[in-house]
Amino acid sequence: MSTFLGMPVHAPRGVGHLRGDESFPAAARTALGDSQLRRNLQHATTTIRGKSGRVIAELPDWQELRSAGSALKASTMARLPELLEQLEEKVTAAGGVVHWAADANEANQIVTDLVRATGSQRVIKVKSMATQEIGLNEALEAAGITPVETDLAELIVQLGNDKPSHILVPAIHRNRSEIREIFLRAMPGVDPKLTDDPPVLAGAARRYLRETFMSTTVAVSGANFAIADTGTLAVVESEGNGRMCLTLPETLITVMGIEKLVPTWQDLEVFLQLLPRASTGERMNPYTSMWTGVTPGDGPQNFHLVLLDNGRTAVLADEVGRQALHCIRCSACLNVCPVYERTGGHAYGSVYPGPIGAILSPQLTGVEDNASLPYASSLCGACFDACPVKIDIPSILVHLRNQAPHPRTEAAVMAAAAYTMDHPRLYRSAQRAAKLSRIAGRRGRGLPPPLNGWSASRDLPAPPKETFRDWWRNR
Amino acid sequence: MSSKNIILDRIRAALASGAESPEIPRDYRRGPAEVDLDLLVERLVDYKAVVHRLNPEKSGIEPVIGGGVEGSGPQAGVADARPLDGVEAEGAAGGGSGGERAASAGAAAVRAAIADILGAGTVVVPPGLPLEWLPDGVVGLVDDGLSAERIAAADGVVTAAAVAVVETGTIVLDASPDQGRRIISLLPDLHICVLRADQVVASVPEAVARLDPTRPLTWISGPSATSDIELNRVEGVHGPRNLHVILTG
Amino acid sequence: MRIALFVTCLADTMFPAAAKATVLLLERLGHEVVFPQEQTCCGQMHINTGYQKDALPLVKRHVRTFEPYDVVVAPSGSCVGSVRHQHAMVAGSDAGLAARASAVAARTYELSELLVDVLGVEDVGAYYPHRVTYHPTCHSLRVLRVGDKPERLLRNVRGLDLVELPAAEQCCGFGGTFSVKNADTSTAMLADKMRHVLDTGADVCTAGDASCLMHIGGGLSRLQTGVRTVHLAEILASTEA
Repeated sequence: MSTFLGMPVHAPRGVGHLRGDESFPAAARTALGDSQLRRNLQHATTTIRGKSGRVIAELPDWQELRSAGSALKASTMARLPELLEQLEEKVTAAGGVVHWAADANEANQIVTDLVRATGSQRVIKVKSMATQEIGLNEALEAAGITPVETDLAELIVQLGNDKPSHILVPAIHRNRSEIREIFLRAMPGVDPKLTDDPPVLAGAARRYLRETFMSTTVAVSGANFAIADTGTLAVVESEGNGRMCLTLPETLITVMGIEKLVPTWQDLEVFLQLLPRASTGERMNPYTSMWTGVTPGDGPQNFHLVLLDNGRTAVLADEVGRQALHCIRCSACLNVCPVYERTGGHAYGSVYPGPIGAILSPQLTGVEDNASLPYASSLCGACFDACPVKIDIPSILVHLRNQAPHPRTEAAVMAAAAYTMDHPRLYRSAQRAAKLSRIAGRRGRGLPPPLNGWSASRDLPAPPKETFRDWWRNR
Repeated sequence: MSSKNIILDRIRAALASGAESPEIPRDYRRGPAEVDLDLLVERLVDYKAVVHRLNPEKSGIEPVIGGGVEGSGPQAGVADARPLDGVEAEGAAGGGSGGERAASAGAAAVRAAIADILGAGTVVVPPGLPLEWLPDGVVGLVDDGLSAERIAAADGVVTAAAVAVVETGTIVLDASPDQGRRIISLLPDLHICVLRADQVVASVPEAVARLDPTRPLTWISGPSATSDIELNRVEGVHGPRNLHVILTG
Repeated sequence: MRIALFVTCLADTMFPAAAKATVLLLERLGHEVVFPQEQTCCGQMHINTGYQKDALPLVKRHVRTFEPYDVVVAPSGSCVGSVRHQHAMVAGSDAGLAARASAVAARTYELSELLVDVLGVEDVGAYYPHRVTYHPTCHSLRVLRVGDKPERLLRNVRGLDLVELPAAEQCCGFGGTFSVKNADTSTAMLADKMRHVLDTGADVCTAGDASCLMHIGGGLSRLQTGVRTVHLAEILASTEA
């Protein structure tokens, strides 16, 4: 029994947000037809690429920092059991309580029980990918507890009955005038004269959430980093909603993936330089909070840390794919991805969109549950260059494609093609046949499925008189 | 079998085929580097903090680039401190190393700067903050466990700082007695932070080295802001919308 | 120098002009070109679509075919990229094959790399009186890191007016079977690439990869834009005579 329990397993089905309702190509098709979405995404990703590029260029040692970040994460993964136990010991010594959650269901149960024990009917939340991943809000609501998202973008998503579409900026698919409309429609007590000026919109969120911050006694957060040798947790944010949640309530519950660990306090010097420049394109984000357990008289007096597996150990078991656990959730890969820029995040069907999502989601769920995601990339490599911890996303995509279930017809065609290519005489016959088949692909005719997607918008070149091989033989 | 043991067993099974723990290349910039206070001011201003530089070598007067906190939105810039009557220029260095005269002169300069920022009103102050920093007309509400409502109702908060980073324009508070509980620098809409030149380091690694991780730390780079609307930085969400930094020495 | 041509299956079958131009250019520069007849395909399509097992015989064939040569050139950034970064991986636990694949990879060059790095030539004496824009192609740019070598070669072509392509580093949307499996997204990417090409006012779009050119050219042709796609080798092989 213990051997069975102790083997890595994927994130369970039926809970959380790691699996989409439709395949990537089908979801992308809908998104591609939304001109407002296309425009918003193009504007936002272009803006952030420019900002990030400028502040990265200010650092003469950006590449050295990337190498250090990459090595630190690899080292963390290799020493994960001892580092996690060290973290638990330090957090406990500092007055915190550490819980271990093997999957989403267990994490949701732990958090729900902890909130219930406080008697509070409401929790305030700082944006956290881990709690979105496990569907914590739904679990809390089912238990009669109201979760209030306090991050501006999450608020826009929650008020708009929408889904997040970006790791860092969940409402990236909305522009200022759409945000104004959502606020006017769904924000209680909003000034009807609200304009779409961004500072005015931010001010409206400030007024709306102030009372909730002041009166809620329980907060739920994620964590950007947990430092094993000190037990310190860090949350990196911009608006101050994080500080509110981490400071005002009596009880703080932090849900964190087991891969968020950093070995030593000193190692933060690397990640605090990499993360803001790669994510929001700032030299430093406005606020970073760090706390170690409980500080008497300052901040929450009850602190719970929930360490979450939910498929992470299955990712760790793949020697190539485990690099995906190095991710620090900066979203730089989304912002440079030509696919993401055109489809947006919803097409990926998971809380982790973009290139990192295309390698992380299928590994967390098992590739058969997200079989189209490893193909949601042209392998252009822009994500690898942008990643602050040098995750080789294109190589992992190729690796996962090799594990993905293949359509039977495609597999037969691929096998036949490989056989032909391995037999030069067959190959030469095929070249001659290709000349004939190309005629079918010329304008107006179209190729047969599944190749018709190509010929729908592109011509094939006119067939050459002779192949290179023929020319070489005859010259 | 506890979930802890299940997870640890899973990890060990996942790593059973081997995982390298590489050497960490630390060839990025780490050592102490020269502190460029002008650059610090530039970086603070770039992220919309208002800086009041009490510079003894320039008779306590710096050109006004911006400043002022009235109105709806935060404004940025470098504001000058008021000329110090009867105070010798070098006396304003402060920093705790110049003796009583210097300290009180430093206090006078800080007082003048705060008077510039906030003519009158109530500010929350941590218990370890020198009350002599507060000008006439500004009432100090010492935090001895004040309620959130009282803190939020104040016109501002005055704190000292632990460390500042030139390269990123960041100030770090570590909840020492002159900085206080985290809540006091969060709820008021105006945060006045008094920073000594000797607390400034060039880079993030130097700041990390100086800080004590067992204390609650708050890294602040400019006023509360968001990038959630079209990925442009917009100042003024939940934290203080006005950040004034008084740089002494 | 004796140089083995790795023609690539696509250039062999669909774009022989690019392969011929590669031969004629190198011969004009005084080198001997040989064409190993046993070569077929490097297996890139299979590898990138998730069929590494099917690609293994192709990798073995490629290694066997090109092992005897000191210098191998291909007029394709992505095929050289596959040889350099994927063949040893496909060999997997066959350490002997992996080592041989790595050895072949180390001697295999994309055309602009061969010209600039190995042969030390930046002016190949070409003449091409056209307004040309250059698409760097993702694998030349980010896998091989050829940098500005192709542009340096193009700037030395007499008569050629090189115009910068906006957002040049962005993918054209080809991505091999990506353009079939995700045809809609691929088309959206292609639309932007074509817009940028048209914005330059160039009459020729060139690149070092026949596959990307097939994609961009297929779109430009469908829309009757009048802009042609021409492989870098063909431009460099052109002379006044």
